[in-house]
Amino acid sequence: MSDTRFTGTDKYIATDDLMMAVNAGVTLQRPILVKGEPGTGKTMLAEEVAQALGKPLFEWHIKSTTKAQQGLYEYDAVARLRDSQLGDDKVHDIANYIVKGSLWEAFEADTQPVLLIDEIDKADIEFPNDLLRELDRMEFTVYETRKTVRATHRPIIIITSNNEKELPDAFLRRCFFHYIKFPDEQTMTRIVDVHFPDLKKDLLREALASFYKVREMPGLKKKPSTSELLDWIKLLLAEDIPAEALRADDNRKAIPPLYGALLKNEQDVHLFEQLVFLNRGNRQ
Amino acid sequence: MLIRFFYMLREAGLKSSVTELLTLLEAMKQGLAGTSVDQFYYLARACMVKDETQFDRFDQVFAAHFKGIEQAFSALDGEIPQDWLAHLDQLDLSEEERAKIEALGGLDELMKALQERLREQDERHEGGDKWIGTGGTSPFGVGGFNPEGVRIGPQNSGGNRRGVKVWDQREYRNLDDSVELGTRNIKLALRKLRRFAREGAADQLDLPDTISSTARNAGFLDLKMVPERHNAIKVLLCLDVGGSMDDHVRVCEEMFSAASSEFKHLEYFYFHNFIYETMWKDNRRRHAERIPVTEIINKYGPDYKLVIVGDATMSPYEIMYAGGSVEHWNEEPGAVWLGRLLRAYPKAIWLNPEPEQRWPYTPSVKVARELMEERMFPLTVSGLDKGIRRLQ
Repeated sequence: MSDTRFTGTDKYIATDDLMMAVNAGVTLQRPILVKGEPGTGKTMLAEEVAQALGKPLFEWHIKSTTKAQQGLYEYDAVARLRDSQLGDDKVHDIANYIVKGSLWEAFEADTQPVLLIDEIDKADIEFPNDLLRELDRMEFTVYETRKTVRATHRPIIIITSNNEKELPDAFLRRCFFHYIKFPDEQTMTRIVDVHFPDLKKDLLREALASFYKVREMPGLKKKPSTSELLDWIKLLLAEDIPAEALRADDNRKAIPPLYGALLKNEQDVHLFEQLVFLNRGNRQ
Repeated sequence: MLIRFFYMLREAGLKSSVTELLTLLEAMKQGLAGTSVDQFYYLARACMVKDETQFDRFDQVFAAHFKGIEQAFSALDGEIPQDWLAHLDQLDLSEEERAKIEALGGLDELMKALQERLREQDERHEGGDKWIGTGGTSPFGVGGFNPEGVRIGPQNSGGNRRGVKVWDQREYRNLDDSVELGTRNIKLALRKLRRFAREGAADQLDLPDTISSTARNAGFLDLKMVPERHNAIKVLLCLDVGGSMDDHVRVCEEMFSAASSEFKHLEYFYFHNFIYETMWKDNRRRHAERIPVTEIINKYGPDYKLVIVGDATMSPYEIMYAGGSVEHWNEEPGAVWLGRLLRAYPKAIWLNPEPEQRWPYTPSVKVARELMEERMFPLTVSGLDKGIRRLQ
C-alpha cells in the first residue's frame, strides 16, 4: 500500500484533502473527478500522479466536438473506401481500419497506467453518460470486429472539469470528487518555493503581496491564477527586477512590471490601469 | 452510525446515493481514513459530495453529526491531542510575543496552564475569554485577540489550521449557487435553451449519408451535403431601464450581452417600469422612435419565447390603472398590455434582479407575479436555470 500512496511531488504541492481523494481513487480503482478554477493545476495533477507513482500517462483531451466513441476507437471508413477503389488487399480485413483511442491504449498498457480525461465538461451533455459502462467495467466491445476489449490493469483515471456543464448524477456517483480551491498565501508560498527554490525571499513576498492585491481587485473578468503567478515570477526573474520595484508605495511605478503575464483580458488591463491611476491621484 | 449520517445528508438535500455510501464504507475497510477525523472528513467528502456548491451543506451536517467525536479521538491519544503540542517548538513567535509570554510566566507556564485548561474543558468552544476555541480572547486557540495568545496547531502542515476543525471553517460558503453572475455563467444557463435545427444552404459533408449512398452506389463516391446546425430558438427580450433599475444595470448588461451572443434570433425592446402600448429599441431616441406592442405581436410569431427583465418595483397603480404610467398618459392599464403579450407568447418568464426574499414586501411584485402566473424568477444562475426550464 505504502508505495502507491500519492503525497505530491517535488514540483507539485498537494493539500491533505487532494491526497485523500487521489489515494481513495487509486485504492478503490475508481475515477477521480477534479474541479477548480482554471490554472490551479488540474491537468498537472495527472502528470504528477503518473510521475510520482512511476506509471505511464495517457491523455485524452476533450473538445466540444469529441464523441465518447473516439476515446474507444474509430472506424476509418474513408480510408477503407479509398483502398477499395485502389484495389488494396488490406481492405478485406476491417480490423485494419480500426484506429485505437486513448482509452483503448490505456486498457492495453502492460503496467497500470494513469489516464487523464481532460476538460470533460467541454463535450456534449451526453458524453459522460456514454462512458458509464466503460469506466465502470473497464471494458467495451468493438462493434465492427465483434471483439471485446478488457483492461489488463484498471487504469487510474483522472477527470478534470471546468464546470461549464453539469455532469449527470449517474456519472458522478461513480467518481471520487475533489475541488481544488484557490491556494491560500501559505500554500502559495510553498508552491512558488518548489518552482523557484533560489528566489530571493523579499522578492517572493512582494510578488505574492501584489499578486493577491491584483486578485482582490473588484470587477476583474479573469482573476490571475497559480499558473499565471508562476509565469509572472519567471518573467520577473528573467528580467532581474528588484523587489523594491514591486512595492506598491512606490509612486512612480505603482503598476507592477510585466503585469501582462497576470492579466489576460484587455478590459482587465484597462480597468487595472485606471484604478492604479486613481490611487496615485489620491495619494498625491 | 454512518447510516444515520447518510440519512442526515439526504435530509439536508444532498443527493448522496447508496452506491456512494458503500464506496465510503469500502474505502474505510481499506484503511484509507486511518484514525484521524480530518482524514475521515476528506474521505467522506470526496465520496459523498460531487458538487463544490454543496460543500458548505456537507460541512454543516458533518459538524452536527460528529460533534464530540473528536474528543473521543483525543481520548485515544492521551489527555491532550498530540499534534497540538508536538509542534509547539515551531511556534512562530516574534521577540515581542516572546516577551509577552514571558510576562505570563514563560512558555512552560503557559503550556502548563494550557494542559490544565484542556483537561477542564469538555466541549467545543467559541468566543469567551477562557476556554480554548475560536474567536475568543483566551490565550489559547485561533482567531482571537489576546496578544499573549498561543496559536494551537502547526501552521505549515498543508494549510490546515487544526485549531479550528476543517469542517468548522466552512470555506465553501461563497460558492452557493445563487450568488454572482458573470456573462459566462449566464451564457451557460441560456445554452440550456438551445435547440439545434438544420437550416439554410447545404455546405457540410454528411459523412454517414455519403458512406451509405456510396455503398448503395456500388462503391463509387456519392457525396451528400447537409446545412450546418444552428440554434433555432427565438427569443424576445424586454428590458426595464431607468429608475429603480439603475441598481441592477450591471447584471442586466451581463444578461443582455450573454443573450445576444447566444441566440441568433434575438429581438430586444426596452420599457420603463412596466409594459404599456409602446416599447423602444434605442434608449437615446426613445421618445422619437417607439414601436407599438401590437406591431411586435404581429411581427414576431408565437414560436418566440418571451423573457421580461425588470424589478417590478413601482406603485401598483402603474400596473393596474389607465393613466398610471409615470411618463405618459396610457389609455389602457399595463396589466392589459402584459396580458396581450402573454396570450401572444405562451412561453414567457419574468426575471427579477431584486433578491427573492424581498419580493413579498413589494405589492407591485406580487401583482406582477400574479399576472405572470407565478412565472417570475430571480436573476441569478439558479433562478435563470429554473426559468429556462419553464421556457422549454
